[in-house]
Amino acid sequence: MNVEPPVRRVYVAGMADGNPEPAASRGAAPGLKPGRAPWAVPGARPLVQFEAVVKRFGGVTAVDRVSLDIYEREFFALLGPSGCGKTTLLRMLAGFEIPTEGRILLDGQDLARVPPHKRPVNMMFQNYALFPHLTVEGNIAFGLRQDGMAKSAIAARVKEMLALVKLEGYGWRKPHQLSGGQRQRVALARALAKRPRVLLLDEPLSALDRKLREETRFELIDLQDNLGLTFVMVTHDQDEAMTLADRIGVMNAGSLAQVAPPAAVYEQPNSRWVADFVGDINLIEGIVASVGLGETVIGARAGGRLRVAQNVEAKPGATVWLALRPEKIQIDTQPPAAFDANCLAGQVADIGYLGDVSHYKVKLDNGLALKVSIANRVRLVERPIGWGDRVWLSFAPEACVVLTQ
Amino acid sequence: MRKGPSLFNVTSVALGLAFLYLPIVILVIYSFNASRLVTVWGGWSTRWYVELWNDAAMLEAAWISLRIAALSATLATVLGTLAAVALVRAGRFRGRTAFSAMIYAPLVMPEVITGLALLLLFVALNVDRGFWTVTAAHTTLTMCFVAVVVQSRLLDFDRSLEEAAMDLGCPPLKTFFTITLPLIFPAVAAGWLLAFTLSLDDLVIASFTTGPGATTLPIRIYSEVRLGVKPQINAICTVMIAVVAFGVIVAALLAKRGELVRARRAAKA
Ligand SMILES: Nc1ncnc2c1ncn2[C@@H]1O[C@H](COP(=O)(O)OP(=O)(O)OP(=O)(O)O)[C@@H](O)[C@H]1O
Ligand SMILES: [Mg+2]
Repeated sequence: MNVEPPVRRVYVAGMADGNPEPAASRGAAPGLKPGRAPWAVPGARPLVQFEAVVKRFGGVTAVDRVSLDIYEREFFALLGPSGCGKTTLLRMLAGFEIPTEGRILLDGQDLARVPPHKRPVNMMFQNYALFPHLTVEGNIAFGLRQDGMAKSAIAARVKEMLALVKLEGYGWRKPHQLSGGQRQRVALARALAKRPRVLLLDEPLSALDRKLREETRFELIDLQDNLGLTFVMVTHDQDEAMTLADRIGVMNAGSLAQVAPPAAVYEQPNSRWVADFVGDINLIEGIVASVGLGETVIGARAGGRLRVAQNVEAKPGATVWLALRPEKIQIDTQPPAAFDANCLAGQVADIGYLGDVSHYKVKLDNGLALKVSIANRVRLVERPIGWGDRVWLSFAPEACVVLTQ
Repeated sequence: MRKGPSLFNVTSVALGLAFLYLPIVILVIYSFNASRLVTVWGGWSTRWYVELWNDAAMLEAAWISLRIAALSATLATVLGTLAAVALVRAGRFRGRTAFSAMIYAPLVMPEVITGLALLLLFVALNVDRGFWTVTAAHTTLTMCFVAVVVQSRLLDFDRSLEEAAMDLGCPPLKTFFTITLPLIFPAVAAGWLLAFTLSLDDLVIASFTTGPGATTLPIRIYSEVRLGVKPQINAICTVMIAVVAFGVIVAALLAKRGELVRARRAAKA
């Protein structure tokens, strides 16, 4: 067993909900040693490789030319809306579906002819799929028995696994005598017991309540640290992907829209679709007026000039979208003094108070509506900004991204 | 508003039950008749059960019937379960529709036709008719019942359980025996009991396919009744009714229990 001192990591809750400074407070990437990014190293050998994998069910293309490399000890999350092909991708790796085209390699070996029971990959199923006629111990030991492990070794491993998922004393229960959260942990223990090269998790936490889900996230991270395994997790919960993953693959209609670390997906989405899917965002359509010296000037279609601290790969006159996160906008009741910020005036149309943050919907003079979220740093006794108030929105040229596709 | 079932409902249920069970009840009562004459009541007695116990030919027939029923039910359960698995699991193979239609056909085929066809087959093959031909005939008849019972259970079986087993390194055949079979066992057992009782009370097919030395109980009873109803026939019929009723009730309970357990699991999940 590969025991490493667990690296304490900072848990960032609700990054996508507009908390200030999302990625900045994030510590080392889970699973990988701080600063390690094998995907950025040229020539690094991936553990799992999808090569232009296509999967069709009759006329439906569930997975469309996906090429993806996943590295040893990485925590990879597949994020996407329902029906975009996440489960299908995982099932192809586990061996339950055969790719229509393309190859899947593990450790450089083509998996096409390897049946599911011979793959060093274990899966935690979306519905847990615990064996109802076996006890908790029987479930966890099932995979070990298939390897012909010695009885005493199996007993020891089962005990270790029960301790790991904090279910000591539950070994003799049947699955139907457990709560949903306990069953989920048994499923996790069963999938982990064999120490697979790759652990596949299909929406592992979707059936849990919010509190248990957040606790289990910690447990998952610790587990991965302690066991040094490679995790591939499917989820449609953004917070979950952001919190847990080293890299996120954002899927849309069968193809990978973007593969990048969480902060990059959030801060530098590569398309309007990704920007819109991950977190809340304002998209402002405009035309490039000038490019140069690390600054681009864009004329918003609705009126007004906006400056962006970014060299955009587009010619003047091209249509682009300016993506701006709601929490990066400053809201004031006076015209701001700062000279270099972009500034737009408007009227508050709607306010939503969520406790930790407040969301404002501001109708601008040029007709656009922007979402703004502000952290409630002081206790609100009297709302400083109310419905119908005239406000000025400003944001730094560094705060936004220009998207060309 | 409504206070229990109406008079009409009660009457129709009572009439229906009487129609079905009055003959049986009369038979059971008369098996305890002390009189030698079947139609004359002569007080309570168990003498016909004692006589039955001493009737070697009748007991021999009962023993043959039980052996045939047990053996053919077991064979039918194996074949029927395999057929059900093939139908549910093999997906779309060539001739799947034809296969499933052919599985169901014996359910509605008149027994005389099945019996005659089997007789012709055995004659053509030139096998000696007797214990084994009846067993084979009963197996072909009852395996489709088993297939139907097991198939309905397999249809709502959660396939991800099998996938989970294979994912954990269990080869497909072993998965069937360690995961699938234990979970569909109530349906398989119910199928076995159904096959057993069907074989036990079959007269038509058995009389077509049997030969010397293999007289089953229904054949024996039928041939004796032709010479006049002896009171110990009432006794053996009562015993058979008890055995068959027991089998059917246990089969129903097994199927029901399986459903209850599943419903409870579904409710918990
Ligand atoms: N066995 C199948 N036969 C036909 N179509 C299928 C099959 N399995 C999946 N699909 C289709 O493939 C597409 C992708 O399905 P998949 O289960 O991978 O989605 P998903 O991303 O996991 O969604 P969710 O988040 O809802 O679980 C869907 O349109 C689905 O209808
Ligand atoms: Mg899914």
